[in-house]
Amino acid sequence: MSQGILLFIEQRDGVLNRTSFEAMVAAQGIASATGEKLSAAVLGKAIDAVAAEVAAKKVDAVHTVEDDKLSEYTPDGYVAALKQVVAKLDPRFVILSHTYQVRDFAPRLAASLGKTFVTDCVGFRVEGNEVAFTRQIFQGKINTDVRVVAEPPILASFQAGAYRADKAEAGDSPAPIAAFAIDLTDVQIRTQLEPKFQEAKQAVDLSQAPLIVAVGRGIKSQENIEMVQKLAQAMGAEIAASRPICDNEWLPMDRQIGSSGQTVSPKLYLAVGISGAIQHVVGMKNSQTIVAINKDGEAPIFDIADYGIVGDLFDIVPALTAEINRIKNEGS
Amino acid sequence: MNIVVCLKQVPKKDSILRIGADGKWIDERDISYEMSEADAYALEEALRQKEKHGGEVVVVSLGPERARQSIKEALAKGADRAIHLFDSVFDTATDSAAVARAISAALKDEKYDLILTGLQSDDYGFAQVGLIVAEQLALPSATIVMEVQPEEGAVRVKRELESGWFQWVRLPMPALLTIQSGINQLRYATLKGIMAAKKKEIREVKAADLGLSADQLKPAQVIERAYLPEKTKRTEFIEGKPAEAAAKLVEKLRFDARVI
Repeated sequence: MSQGILLFIEQRDGVLNRTSFEAMVAAQGIASATGEKLSAAVLGKAIDAVAAEVAAKKVDAVHTVEDDKLSEYTPDGYVAALKQVVAKLDPRFVILSHTYQVRDFAPRLAASLGKTFVTDCVGFRVEGNEVAFTRQIFQGKINTDVRVVAEPPILASFQAGAYRADKAEAGDSPAPIAAFAIDLTDVQIRTQLEPKFQEAKQAVDLSQAPLIVAVGRGIKSQENIEMVQKLAQAMGAEIAASRPICDNEWLPMDRQIGSSGQTVSPKLYLAVGISGAIQHVVGMKNSQTIVAINKDGEAPIFDIADYGIVGDLFDIVPALTAEINRIKNEGS
Repeated sequence: MNIVVCLKQVPKKDSILRIGADGKWIDERDISYEMSEADAYALEEALRQKEKHGGEVVVVSLGPERARQSIKEALAKGADRAIHLFDSVFDTATDSAAVARAISAALKDEKYDLILTGLQSDDYGFAQVGLIVAEQLALPSATIVMEVQPEEGAVRVKRELESGWFQWVRLPMPALLTIQSGINQLRYATLKGIMAAKKKEIREVKAADLGLSADQLKPAQVIERAYLPEKTKRTEFIEGKPAEAAAKLVEKLRFDARVI
């Protein structure tokens, strides 16, 4: 009978990806509610430091899965290795963080095991011994409670930001770390990798900006961005954008906020003409104060906004700029 | 270069979504449909590669009768032929593995260099069908692809990583790629294309044609309840004409939130 929970720990170049600690919060919660033991698996080469960091948390065991074929991430390597780990441990659940890396291999892992994978969950519920997962459909507009009707192991990934990494419980004493034996001799790594790189020269580190004014598709054209820039200038804020604006090259890529751009948590985030699709929201939802201006009162951005104005940004943005300049002039 | 594009028809992005009477899905009355966004980009990428390198673009879609509309749109844009997996037996194939099983079976006898899918659908957003197909067909894969460069017997692709990082990887062909939105600019179907599409083949395939029974298409995951998310924040909505609302907002940001 399947037993235990296996947590996948992601690392890159020997540095732990902190979203793995977010997934750990979920894994610890499920473990405590079901009474199952929790172990963590780290894949790669030269991963002792990562394993030690994980072992300091409240887990029952840490498995290090090392092989030359795992020294760089490839889907072939990770699927083959994890397939052996899961087959041997036979856990009830395999928990992962829904990162770009996990999205690249975990569906294949599940398929190769003939098991199901519940992706991008934002929560879970344990009733008796059953676990139901909450995931969103239609880009965050609707929640669903999902029940798995297939045999374990059940794979589940959690959305970035669904849990806070700093809530991962520490252990009373370091968990045992053991090398997990795998054999990748017959595994063909079909992917050839080139070095990773950053496209935009990161001229602006938006994560350091206390005030951000972000612009989205509602701005309609490149010419209109100047209006928002004037507001940002008046406020002493940095300008930022959702992905479509940067894809269109209306603002440079280093201004992008979201899962494929920067993650920020400024004092003030003013979202102008941004609908609040999940890929953007994960990059800014921990901002201290969020203001949204959008003509659609149902836009998901209002779910996370502290203040909202439902109206035409083309009227409101200039009005805001005028008001701020008026106050500045009053003061001088 | 022969390319297969998997596409899904989904409710339009700006649809007003209401929970259906059974509380398990949306109410689909009064909904308009369109090609899922990432799939549209995958199709566009396939068409561009065909324009550069020749070959054939075949679209595959599993869906009800209305999916024909999106299939026709793909043909009008330049795809050469289509396979429509259309059978009431597929109605229960709501999870990725079931859909992938049907698609893999349908592609069993096709010859292709690349299979392109969107990285995830706009409705369920599971982000899995492409990769499950790749696993079932034993193809190498890469996801969240932003650029595609075919080479001799291989394809070099630019993968998006988080936080503005990227990586080029090379895979032998045939391969499966899941395509990220924004990889290119979408074309519109021309009148000429729409007319030409009328003569292009849409082969309808039933579950029995693929040797699949209802049992093999049963979902492993079931939605028990669909509901509007509870707002964890209480949003203070500021009313009034633009100048009024602006003044009120600035006041709140200065004196309540104290952020400016």
